[in-house]
Amino acid sequence: MQFSMAISGFVALYIFMLAAFAGWVIIGHVPAILHTPLMSGSNFVHGIVVVGGIFALLNASTVQEQAIGFFAVLLGAGNAAGGFAVTDRMLAMFQPSEHVLARASHIGKE
Amino acid sequence: MLTIISQSIIGIIDLGAAFLFMYGLKRMSSPVTAPSGIKLAGIGMAAAVIASFLYALNVDAAAKPQLMVNIGLSLIALVLGGGIAWWAGRKVAMTAMPQMVAIYNGMGGGAAAAIAAVELFGNKADGVTQLVVTLFGALIGAVSLSGSLIAWAKLDEILKKPLRFPGQQIFNGLVALVTLAIGGYIVAVTHGLISSPIATPQLIHIFFGAALLFGVLMTLPIGGADMPVVISIYNAFTGLAVGLEGFVLQNPALMIAGMVVGAAGMLLTLLMAKAMNRSVSNILFTNFGTVVQQKQGEIKGSLKPVEASDAGIFMRYASSVIIVPGYGLAVAQAQQKLYEFVKLLQAAGVSVKFAIHPVAGRMPGQMDVLLAEAGVPYDMIFQLEDINDEFANTDVALVIGANDVVNPAARTDKSSPIYGMPILNADKAKKVYVVKRGQGKGYAGIVNALFYGDNCDMVYGDAAAVLTKMIEAVRALGTKAAA
Repeated sequence: MQFSMAISGFVALYIFMLAAFAGWVIIGHVPAILHTPLMSGSNFVHGIVVVGGIFALLNASTVQEQAIGFFAVLLGAGNAAGGFAVTDRMLAMFQPSEHVLARASHIGKE
Repeated sequence: MLTIISQSIIGIIDLGAAFLFMYGLKRMSSPVTAPSGIKLAGIGMAAAVIASFLYALNVDAAAKPQLMVNIGLSLIALVLGGGIAWWAGRKVAMTAMPQMVAIYNGMGGGAAAAIAAVELFGNKADGVTQLVVTLFGALIGAVSLSGSLIAWAKLDEILKKPLRFPGQQIFNGLVALVTLAIGGYIVAVTHGLISSPIATPQLIHIFFGAALLFGVLMTLPIGGADMPVVISIYNAFTGLAVGLEGFVLQNPALMIAGMVVGAAGMLLTLLMAKAMNRSVSNILFTNFGTVVQQKQGEIKGSLKPVEASDAGIFMRYASSVIIVPGYGLAVAQAQQKLYEFVKLLQAAGVSVKFAIHPVAGRMPGQMDVLLAEAGVPYDMIFQLEDINDEFANTDVALVIGANDVVNPAARTDKSSPIYGMPILNADKAKKVYVVKRGQGKGYAGIVNALFYGDNCDMVYGDAAAVLTKMIEAVRALGTKAAA
């Protein structure tokens, strides 16, 4: 048995539609104060393209394919690593006042 | 058997990664949960990357002899690309964040385009649908790559002036049409509908060349101040390109992650355009910022300069102060000084809040990050819609390095280019101090009626120098209430 998942045109459209809707709803709830980390964070998420790059490079059979595949992984890895580094750094800067911290330690657990 | 196991493992890990991406973004709905959100998404990413090496167990027959070399190349590219970008991301100044995001975004677009190129040159797409989707992903990814690089150059002030020439929009439109036509031609030739005098690989080269050129041309005429909107659009583009290439590679994790980002980028773009009181097409296709010298209505009153020390002491004895920071504050590198002054006021029992306009800074939310970096707690930072009604009951509004976002002309003057833009109602405070370098106009080149109001005094000088004087003046009073 060949265990592979074939995603046909219509199934793909359904996936795209649901994912787009999810993205729209999730992002709609992000407060304006976090819009910069949100932009870099969503930028980080499309760094998953590096996985596609690795797939393409592993299946490369000519020097040309290897060269382009190498670039795909190089750029994709930069996208993912850089996007994570800046987003994580920015979010760590957002700290509450001390009185809020004391009062709201239980809110964080929600 | 090995194939089934490896593909199941990849499938499960990718599914988990897709979930963690969405859950991580969901946790960004509060500054309390956001830091753990990005870490969870990071775990998903790392797991997906490691699992992707299992693809090595099941590669194309033609690639088998090269497998060891390819694994080595993958590892080198991962370490090199990831390492450099990580180092740059840890080092970059918060004021340079927009450029950095532009670069990372361009890299993602480039990666998607490169994957498409491998598919195209290797003629790996089966069926018309796959080929068309590959080409679209290639086009969008390439535009995102070259466009993001131009956006970076503009934000970094390597390219200083927007490049404009007559008939530019028509010319750009033609380049876009030609690119699409070449794409259509490639599809027709590949499927034997027509025979071409040019070999397919050459056509693919021309296709990528045209797509990259279009990204450059499309971005060049847009002014530096509009770049954040452009980056947000390209962020959505890259997401879309990644999603499309995910379909080509039959990888649902790429499809979902790409499309979530595509939709998120589109929503953010619309929010930004709304805060700037402009439509997205207006930003992309009109030359804003060149000729907005409109006739101004008569402005009554005069500019009244005061000493920084007097203003500082006045705020020390006020009961409530709202601070409106603009990008000028960051240019003067005065965020730390500002917070030092704020802490002095708080120690004296003054209630202090920060009011942030959605387009303060060069990127939405950048002002919030800059204040957070200076140590300002996020519960002191308020957004326009949450604080605007409070100005009327506030003793002092302190405007530092901001101009157009507090211009009352946006509410009253129908002939003003910023008419209708949501503004912070600083003019409604009982007393307004404006810290400003000189008497120049704001980015939009409009006279600000707020500065001439009876309740407004001007404190001229560099923001850092002014705040130093304010701090000294308040300290000199003695700090009887200091904690």
